[in-house]
Amino acid sequence: MKSLNRLFTRVLNFTARRRGGERLREEMESHIAIQTEEGIRAGMTPEEAHRRARLKFGAVEAVREDYHAEESLPFVDNLLLDIRYALRVLRRSPVFTVVALLTLMLGVGANIVVFGVLNAILLQPFGVSEPQSLYQLRHKQWMSGRLLTTSYPAFEDFRRRNTTFIGIAGVYGYSHAALSWRNAVRNLHGDEVTGNYFDLLGVQPQIGRFFHAVDEHGPDSAPYVVLSDALWRSSFQADRGVIGTTVELSKHPFTVVGVAPAEFHGMERFVWPDYWIPMVNERQVEEGDYLHSRTSIAVTVIGRLKPGVTPRRATENLNAIAAELAKEYPTTDDGLPLRLIHPGLWGDEGDVIRGFLYSVTVLALLVLMAACANLATLFAARTADRSRELAVRVALGSSRRRLVRQLLTEAVAVSLMGGAAGLVGAGLLLGALNRWPRAAEVHLAANVDARVYLAGLLLTLGSALLFGMVPARQAWQSSPLQMMKSGPADAMRLRRFALRDLLLGAQIAICTLLVTASLVAMRGMVRVLHAPLGIQPQGAMLVDLDLSRVEPAGGATVEKKKALIEAVQSIPGVTAVGTVNRAPFTGGMHGIPIFRPGATEFKLNNSVLAPYVFTMSPGYLEAAGSRLLGGRDVSWHDTARTPPVAVVNETFARKMWGETPAIGQHFIVWGHLTEVVGVAADGKYHDMQEAPQPVAYLPLSQNDQNETVFVVRSLRTPREMAAALERTLRGIEPNAPMTVQSWPDALRGELLPARAATVALGVMGLLAAMLAVTGIFGMAAYSVSRRMRELGIRVALGARRVQVMRAAVGRPMVLLAVGSAVGLLSGVFASRLLGRIVYQANPRDPVVLGGAVLTMALLGIAASAIPARRALTVDPSKLMREE
Amino acid sequence: MKQKKDVQQGTLALMVLKTLDVLGPLHGYGIARRIEQISGDLLSVNQGTLYPVLLKLEQEGAIASDWGPSENNRRARFYRLTRAGHKLLEAERRDWEQTAAIIARFFEVKAQDLA
Repeated sequence: MKSLNRLFTRVLNFTARRRGGERLREEMESHIAIQTEEGIRAGMTPEEAHRRARLKFGAVEAVREDYHAEESLPFVDNLLLDIRYALRVLRRSPVFTVVALLTLMLGVGANIVVFGVLNAILLQPFGVSEPQSLYQLRHKQWMSGRLLTTSYPAFEDFRRRNTTFIGIAGVYGYSHAALSWRNAVRNLHGDEVTGNYFDLLGVQPQIGRFFHAVDEHGPDSAPYVVLSDALWRSSFQADRGVIGTTVELSKHPFTVVGVAPAEFHGMERFVWPDYWIPMVNERQVEEGDYLHSRTSIAVTVIGRLKPGVTPRRATENLNAIAAELAKEYPTTDDGLPLRLIHPGLWGDEGDVIRGFLYSVTVLALLVLMAACANLATLFAARTADRSRELAVRVALGSSRRRLVRQLLTEAVAVSLMGGAAGLVGAGLLLGALNRWPRAAEVHLAANVDARVYLAGLLLTLGSALLFGMVPARQAWQSSPLQMMKSGPADAMRLRRFALRDLLLGAQIAICTLLVTASLVAMRGMVRVLHAPLGIQPQGAMLVDLDLSRVEPAGGATVEKKKALIEAVQSIPGVTAVGTVNRAPFTGGMHGIPIFRPGATEFKLNNSVLAPYVFTMSPGYLEAAGSRLLGGRDVSWHDTARTPPVAVVNETFARKMWGETPAIGQHFIVWGHLTEVVGVAADGKYHDMQEAPQPVAYLPLSQNDQNETVFVVRSLRTPREMAAALERTLRGIEPNAPMTVQSWPDALRGELLPARAATVALGVMGLLAAMLAVTGIFGMAAYSVSRRMRELGIRVALGARRVQVMRAAVGRPMVLLAVGSAVGLLSGVFASRLLGRIVYQANPRDPVVLGGAVLTMALLGIAASAIPARRALTVDPSKLMREE
Repeated sequence: MKQKKDVQQGTLALMVLKTLDVLGPLHGYGIARRIEQISGDLLSVNQGTLYPVLLKLEQEGAIASDWGPSENNRRARFYRLTRAGHKLLEAERRDWEQTAAIIARFFEVKAQDLA
């Protein structure tokens, strides 16, 4: 209580800038006056009495200092003094300050950007309660790229029989519907979920209510829709009155019951649904009924574990159920083992994404460490130059602790300013990243929130300590006597240089590692980008025409589509046109089971291949730029009345029949014995990184599907073509929702992850290279300027240019060589890390190794050229006169 | 060791409290003067060190101060003990007596007593 009172008074004194200086002065005066009077009374002369009184009082300054220390907060006072002094010192050497600030800005900024993205992708909460007990069920091997887990009847069985989950909810995340409200039609995508979904996740509606398990009474019994916050704001103008009104989804009436909170976007981080509807009503928006078929694998399963149940026990329980189901339904259920994963990042893509983010974080921290080593060198050099000043201060009675604090304050001041600049830069960069064009349905909002600020502050202070310790240590160990005697450049230097050498060496090693990493990444990426896509996006347009909305149930007929294709064909400038159910890189039918002729049991684990299956019109392959290697394209003469045919790609053919020619062979897909009539070249279908995938193209005329994407190749510019296409198609189908875009534009979003990875690693490499340059330059320039006199003497004594050069920049060069070697070696050993970041990364690649060596050598030469020139142009006579 | 020592701050504070307890309100010089008299020239130099101690005690609430006229009509600051100061003095006194008693016993001990 007492000390608290005192602290309060002190803080009050400090903030009010109230100084008892006046009172103390008066008290001291009266003290001395009274004593003087006493002295005079005792018979001394007034002068003598006054002198004695002052002597007896003691050192006035010391008393005043003590008094002041008692009165206020000396620590804060000193800190303010230190900061003012630090700023003055920094302003006095602007070049040094700017270099230090830039270095820190880049180092801290890079880390904040990386952390911002990591924060957005991995750390943002889902807006659900207790997310750590939520798991997603996945198959062990089957369909590695898909989220779907099981059929709806099997989901019901799992729900009833499991003993380890509080509850499990089913989600179908690929729901698409046309929303009509007040004469406006919008194409939306959303989630079809089981009734317990919201209750299981523990989400509360923003307004209205959610639907619950009790609302479900069999198929089509719950025509309710929950809107996302974004949809509510964009399409319903955030009108609270929308609750209870009826909207149409795919021409079926649904009642709006509630709006989800703004922070809840379903359980996938990148795909935010526009709406949620009960799964029991799925038939009204989907084309088929998946609720009653044990073979349509349409449900993604999210479960919440009971408290105390380990994921392992839950997995065992689920697998036992899967085995039971396989026994009970031998023709449909395959009993494939299940496992639990953390939801949110496209199923197993999560491992890749997490690995990438953590690896980039490590690289970013390495950049910061290199920056700190750089700054430590700079600061150490400056402290060495200021050693005389420091020595004088110690000699005058300044405590070492005070000196160290002063130096640390300088470091912290620099790093705070640099960190602030880095934060601002990072904020701008993240903002730009958020506006980056990407596939319309993909969400990534990397905002600068409290966590990012905190990370930035910690990084800044951490680096201040890292690079501030070096000069502080120097000051702590310095002996004033020696420093005064010997001047700045003498015996002490050897030791100091040893530390500086180590710092520069470490910095160069880190930089080499980073340069190697970014070269590896670039090369891997170049390889990926030049890998055959199997398509020629350049010069092609995509038209997404949704005919299901305007046609009666069953969709557009083949004749209709044929007519549309012919209409597009007749547009001047069009060289080829065709349709496909889904353009490559936009998802699609992955993992359709293929069986050998003669197979009788159509269970998943009897299938021989799980290819992508595209349904295309004749001419699609030509329009898309996919080469037909042999056989023929499908034709309009392949109809429901002729035998089913297919074109397959090379991988499909090789996996099914090896070296045997594929044309004329048969396989079973969707229960039809199908003949291979053509073989197309391989390509990429889902993402750039995928291994060669088997693909089967089925003719539209035999497997009609509602989804239709026109691929139009033409000689005209995309803008002209878009207008012409819109005009032509609108003339025939005025009411069908339609999107027209050039194929390269459509692909840009797909290439984003690969490009972002390359850019990220490239930037890291660039930063590292810049740090290496400034580091080597600083070291060489410093050593040249310190040894000017020595060099002058050498020149005067007739040293040759080579010898002068060696003396001047020899040490940095040796460090460069050693550091680079260490960095390269660690790069080779870190190949596993790099392999996780980029596809086809190989640090042992001679091009990469050569490139890294060449880069470092060039950097070294560039950085030491100026100091070396200075050393060569030393004019001994001038120098000697100067000192 | 024969030199007059700098008085430990804590000891000085205790002396200030006791002086004010015995003599009532006093100004800084008066306090210094009494301490010098009683302690036998302990505070005969560096009397200025008294003022930071007085400030500290005042901030702790043990003493209070006001301007007033001195004996020869000079403006001086007079310090007096507060109620909290009385308590503090009492507590400190007990502490000292205890410590002194313990130390005294240590000095009286002879080798045979410990055998």
